[in-house]
Amino acid sequence: MTAEPLLRVEDLCVDYHTPTGLVQAVRGVSFELGKEKLGIVGESGSGKSQTGRAILGLTAPGGEVRASRLEFKGTDLLHADARTLRRIRGGGISMIMQDPKYSLNPVMTVGKQIEEAFLVHSNDSKREAYARTLEMLRAVQIREPERVYRAYPHEVSGGMGQRIMIAMMMIPEPAIIIADEPTSALDVTVQLQVLAVLDDMISERGMGLIFISHDLNLIASFCDRILIMYGGQVMEECRATELAQAQHPYTRGLLDCLPQLDGGKRELAVLQRDPAWLESTGKPA
Amino acid sequence: MPTATLRGWLLAEVPESKSQARCQRLFIGWLAFKRNPVAVIGLLIITSLVVVAMLAPWLTAGDALEPDLANRLRPPGSEHWFGTDELGRDILDRIIWGSRITLYIVGLVSIIVVPIGLLIGVVAGYIGGWVDTVLMRLTDIFLAFPRLILAMALVAALGPGLENAVLAIALTTWSPFARIARAEALTIRSSDFILAARMQGVSTAGILARHVAPLCMSSVIVRLTLDMAGIILTAAGLGFLGLGAQPPTPEWGAMISLGRQYLIDQWWVPTMPGIAILVVSLGFNLLGDGLRDVFDPKSGG
Amino acid sequence: MIPANSGLAAASNLALPAKLVKVGGVVASLLLTFIGLTAITFTIGRVMPADPVLAIVGDRASQEVYDQVFLQLGLDKPIYIQYFKYLGQLLQGDLGTSVMTGQPVADDILRFFPATLELATVATLLGVFVGIPMGVLAAVNQGRWIDHVVRIIGLIGYSAPIFWLGMIAILIFYFKLDWVAGPGRLDVFYDSIVDPVSGILILDAALAGEWEIFHNAISHLILPSSILGTFALAYIARMTRSFMLDQLSQEYILTARVKGIPEWQVIWGHAFRNVLVQLITIIGLTYASLLEGSVLTETIFSWPGIGLYITNSLFNNDMNAVLGGTIVVGCCFVGINMLSDLLYKLVDPRVR
Repeated sequence: MTAEPLLRVEDLCVDYHTPTGLVQAVRGVSFELGKEKLGIVGESGSGKSQTGRAILGLTAPGGEVRASRLEFKGTDLLHADARTLRRIRGGGISMIMQDPKYSLNPVMTVGKQIEEAFLVHSNDSKREAYARTLEMLRAVQIREPERVYRAYPHEVSGGMGQRIMIAMMMIPEPAIIIADEPTSALDVTVQLQVLAVLDDMISERGMGLIFISHDLNLIASFCDRILIMYGGQVMEECRATELAQAQHPYTRGLLDCLPQLDGGKRELAVLQRDPAWLESTGKPA
Repeated sequence: MPTATLRGWLLAEVPESKSQARCQRLFIGWLAFKRNPVAVIGLLIITSLVVVAMLAPWLTAGDALEPDLANRLRPPGSEHWFGTDELGRDILDRIIWGSRITLYIVGLVSIIVVPIGLLIGVVAGYIGGWVDTVLMRLTDIFLAFPRLILAMALVAALGPGLENAVLAIALTTWSPFARIARAEALTIRSSDFILAARMQGVSTAGILARHVAPLCMSSVIVRLTLDMAGIILTAAGLGFLGLGAQPPTPEWGAMISLGRQYLIDQWWVPTMPGIAILVVSLGFNLLGDGLRDVFDPKSGG
Repeated sequence: MIPANSGLAAASNLALPAKLVKVGGVVASLLLTFIGLTAITFTIGRVMPADPVLAIVGDRASQEVYDQVFLQLGLDKPIYIQYFKYLGQLLQGDLGTSVMTGQPVADDILRFFPATLELATVATLLGVFVGIPMGVLAAVNQGRWIDHVVRIIGLIGYSAPIFWLGMIAILIFYFKLDWVAGPGRLDVFYDSIVDPVSGILILDAALAGEWEIFHNAISHLILPSSILGTFALAYIARMTRSFMLDQLSQEYILTARVKGIPEWQVIWGHAFRNVLVQLITIIGLTYASLLEGSVLTETIFSWPGIGLYITNSLFNNDMNAVLGGTIVVGCCFVGINMLSDLLYKLVDPRVR
């Protein structure tokens, strides 16, 4: 990467102090993001979602975030004041969540929610906001934007809800978008459509994408680079095209578990988890 | 060390028997409950109530019913910690004996209300159809009634007395439990294990009794504890109106009513029983809150 | 290509007949509950007492009165005919005659009802405008000192027996501090000066321009409504806190924060908006239970409302009056609950 990275993460740690002990959700994660599509793959509990939340400063209460460096376009996110953080959220970095059934406010119309995202980061009038919202809805392939504008979240299907989410998170024109399992709650046929919309918008605007998922195949086909996480740490980092040549036994284990369409083994391997992978290389609390 | 192995047994990953599993669940529940200091206070209060009620004859001198007119209306002091009432009886003693009545009311109402509520709710939820509709209509009607006023009307018809007051309270309290039991039964009835039991030939009554009802118990118990405070307050209210236990029985509400006329100059006479009611009611509320947090943490209340 | 509007439900095109059916269902439900209510009061009044006629006329009535009432009640006829007669009388507004006052119970109740309404309304307003902010504050600051304070106030508010609380309040604020007026609704020498237009004294006094009476009425109203209101406040604050905590842990709140919205807007514009819907039911429930809670408060404060009426009738063994009062309060209870249910359905977009 010759250009300045948009996001710099160095040694990110997220700890939770629970009554049953210390839980280290993220242990020393480091990476950089430019105008590219970075995929973070891992199973449940690997810390991938927690990484995304920590970047935005939205770790759940009770969680402690530390890092030697957490910078967005040169701004220190870790020690930023509330105002700066709010500016960056939405305007600089945005996040798409998994299930629009839960991630959209049920008592507000879809249009109002998208407008809100726009108005928070601009001084334009309500009329301008309305126009932009419709424009955005069209951009995510929604055919009757005026009608959808007035709809409530429970009145739209999953696929449409996610596209609305995309519209809402893109309207303030952020530089980075974090997609946390954006297609996991959707039917397979709808997944492709939503991904296509996401892909188009990211390329059009030259944005950076962090795509969090548990689906290795999906990430391999969609992203440029891949980060494989397990137990809160990064096990391996490689280019998507070089995935088949991955070194780390965990990655190899994952690859071996995936069924191949073109012949291959008859019996699928079961991933053997080496407890040594959980050994902390991050600094304890 | 025996303690270490007991704790180890309770926290073991895989229980080896049903009773061990049950003990484990209780233990884990207790750990969660313990984390909430306010809930523990509630438990302490209620436990104290029970202990005090049981030990009443040993904690007091006499049965707090005998008048002692020479000692009328003495202020709180070293001899009478809460002072004496209009008939010279030690107020603290009367409150201690009154705790038995409180427990009696609590116990009696629970015994009536829980089985009826469970029965109606579980039958309505499991069987469904017109049985459900009819039973729910019945429940709604009782739910629609203002508790104290219905109790007053019942007492008007049946005459004052502790048992009548308990009956009145029970009649106005069972509805929410039927609703809760029904909601749980509805969720459970399409479960696979119920289907399995049916295929094994267990009768409907058997299924309801052995499978459905036990699963509703925890919600019902939480709700019962939470409602208990309200029940005590209603009973006290009825007592205050003279509709509950009759004098000279030391029922706390009645004590307040009788002492009301001495409010200005001998404030302790009506005030002390009220504090007792407040503390017990508070205890049940705290306990109920704690239990609810353990069984249904997402309600966050 | 997948059509873009395939996801839109037909909800916005809900046919009119379906809506009518819904409303019709509510009305039918109301009627059934009313019948249930009357069945219960009928049972209490006719079936339970040993001698229902004695229960109504008292034991000092003459034989003629006894026979008259006996026939009026239709006690010689089978029970279901008695019930229908009873129902018929009720629907015509005939609640029987009071032994105590000799007047029709319905008239008595109409005279006393506005006082209770006044009390319950002011108390509910107190509960709403103080309780809701308290609950929100507590939820937003969960675990910190303000949360604990609110919870304690709430707990004491509805663990304390209301009649005792009222008593203590009178002792402190009237006898010791002399900040407010004493029991009753108005000082004796102000009685009957103002025309009872609405029955609600503060309104009537204001309308008539009698400001001295207005002040006196407020002075009398303030303590009982505060006591009753404490109970409402405690309940509402607690429920608000619980609902807010629930909402604040939802995903859409995270979405709102991701958008960069200022925190106060997240709390009030997003979380609270969702809570408002649920609060409607709570406020309805509170108002209804205050109508009932006023029984004890009115006794302590000698407030001439329906609660005091029922209590006095009870002591005078006036069965008609007690049952009449019970039915009226019961109907109000049911009515308010139904209303809040309907309001909820109107306001929550998910139910529409």
